[in-house]
Amino acid sequence: MTAAPVSAPDVRPGRVEVHGVHKSFGTLEVLHDVDLVVEPGSVTVVLGPSGSGKSTLLRSINHLEKVDRGFVALDGELVGYRRKAHRGTERLHELPERDLLRQRTRFGFVFQSFNLFPHLTALENVVEAPVSAQGRPRAEVQAEAQELLDRVGLADKAGAYPRQLSGGQQQRVAIARALAMRPAVLLFDEPTSALDPELVGEVLGVIEGLASTGTTMIVVTHEIGFARKAADRIVFMDAGRIVEQGTPEQVLDAPQHERTRAFLAKVL
Amino acid sequence: MTTLDERPAAATAAPPPTGTPYDQLRVVPARHPGRWVATAGVAVLLAMAVNSLVTNPRWEWDVVGAYLTEESIVRGVWTTVQLTLITAVLGFALGTVLALMRLSRSPLLQAVSWGYTWVFRSVPLILQLLLWYNLAYLYQSLEFGIPFGPAFASVETLSLIDKFGAAVLGLGLHQAAYSAEIVRAGILSVDQGQLEAAASLGIPRRRQSTRIVLPQAMRSIVPTAVNEIIGLFKGTSIVYVLALGELFYTVSVIYGRTQRVLPMLLVAAVWYVVLTTVITVIQYYVERYYARGAVRTLPPTPLQRLRANLTAGLSRVRTAREVAR
Repeated sequence: MTAAPVSAPDVRPGRVEVHGVHKSFGTLEVLHDVDLVVEPGSVTVVLGPSGSGKSTLLRSINHLEKVDRGFVALDGELVGYRRKAHRGTERLHELPERDLLRQRTRFGFVFQSFNLFPHLTALENVVEAPVSAQGRPRAEVQAEAQELLDRVGLADKAGAYPRQLSGGQQQRVAIARALAMRPAVLLFDEPTSALDPELVGEVLGVIEGLASTGTTMIVVTHEIGFARKAADRIVFMDAGRIVEQGTPEQVLDAPQHERTRAFLAKVL
Repeated sequence: MTTLDERPAAATAAPPPTGTPYDQLRVVPARHPGRWVATAGVAVLLAMAVNSLVTNPRWEWDVVGAYLTEESIVRGVWTTVQLTLITAVLGFALGTVLALMRLSRSPLLQAVSWGYTWVFRSVPLILQLLLWYNLAYLYQSLEFGIPFGPAFASVETLSLIDKFGAAVLGLGLHQAAYSAEIVRAGILSVDQGQLEAAASLGIPRRRQSTRIVLPQAMRSIVPTAVNEIIGLFKGTSIVYVLALGELFYTVSVIYGRTQRVLPMLLVAAVWYVVLTTVITVIQYYVERYYARGAVRTLPPTPLQRLRANLTAGLSRVRTAREVAR
């Protein structure tokens, strides 16, 4: 059941299922019985106040965070575990790190704080994972990485180190880095929260451009305008639970829940 | 209405009486009399020190010159260099293993690493050296084989651990305890987000260490590590207690015979200074290499700096001459 390191990337549907996920940090429960289905090729925006569990949910999806109960699946395949027959029944085995890392290459993750590798140039940042994690030929990846940098508007910055770039440019390199893995699913964890207001637009523009390419995307953000424009579905979270979800019109214009209304009244 | 030429009078003492615009006035640099006095004082002290070094015949510079490249001295220098290189490699290799053990999640590995550092940092180096030298008294022969099982090979301890072997073991194992902490601090200094990014990209574990973590850790490891290596280099002089012919033991043998104590100490000092300088220069370039990406522009090399200083100095002289005119 191990995924081949190089399987045809373009046919990957990228359907994400989250079932009954619980997660606590010490005595603080950050996720409580979260259920979520994200259809392949759709854009889901997760909204909610700080501390509502949005980031933890996102990090649980690619197993950066191990959940206490429940499970996450990508195209029907469990993330972080494997079924194995055991005396007539089945058991779940935690994946060894090597297999987990391989599974993670199907997700692209974009961090709030970029987390670019500061000692590598923009191009080297993008090239690193496809070569070392997916075993693809360096020359091919380098050409593709240059194209990706071009696509996020940074063709001329390939040789620059992250600290020589603005925040918005760094985040766009980080997006190119995530795309280089040809992931089935892109996860964005507040991608514009660390940026100056005037740089937010350039990053959101890139993400919106990706939304139309049919990659499954889950975006945690506070940008309501972006949510309205780009989202197929909006999920509103509060205190570790999904309070309500629906189309942007349903959630933003006619929220059913008092909490959603209160939150939107504050941010809009 | 003020124009650019007529800034508010509060900025300086008084507006020019003639009404000449500020940008046409001559700028007189501020004077620093204190700095000049201090510089002159230090220059005099320096001249006195150099003068006494040159004129006092008891330094016996001719003897220093004669012995500096004497064959036994050069052999001693070579032994010192060898000892330093081998024990630095051994110390940092073992230190890295100890650091990784300390950072592992196994309580036993953690405890053993902690215990090692505790013991080897607590016992004085000179004592450790003598213990290793006398290992043959504790264990006449060393056997290699299956633990608690049969042995495949056996060697006499004395033939394996001679003076040089005892010195390498003593210095290397002692150094490892310190290196472990330096490497551990370096690894801890790398932002957790770097590991998360590497993990989320699926980069294999080994590659995460060698490509992402260690190159960034090196930035904080290198300065302290070189400090340690210089300390180790000079610390090799302590193995004279084993009567091993390194630099310091060699000069002490010579002055024991010739009674020319000070010039011989000077010979050793000159060699230590020269080699430490070499290490310092290497450090500069290693640090510069690992600074890639950490600073927006790399610091200039000493040569580049010298050139820049000369150009700046020349242009300053030129300006001063123009001002004077």
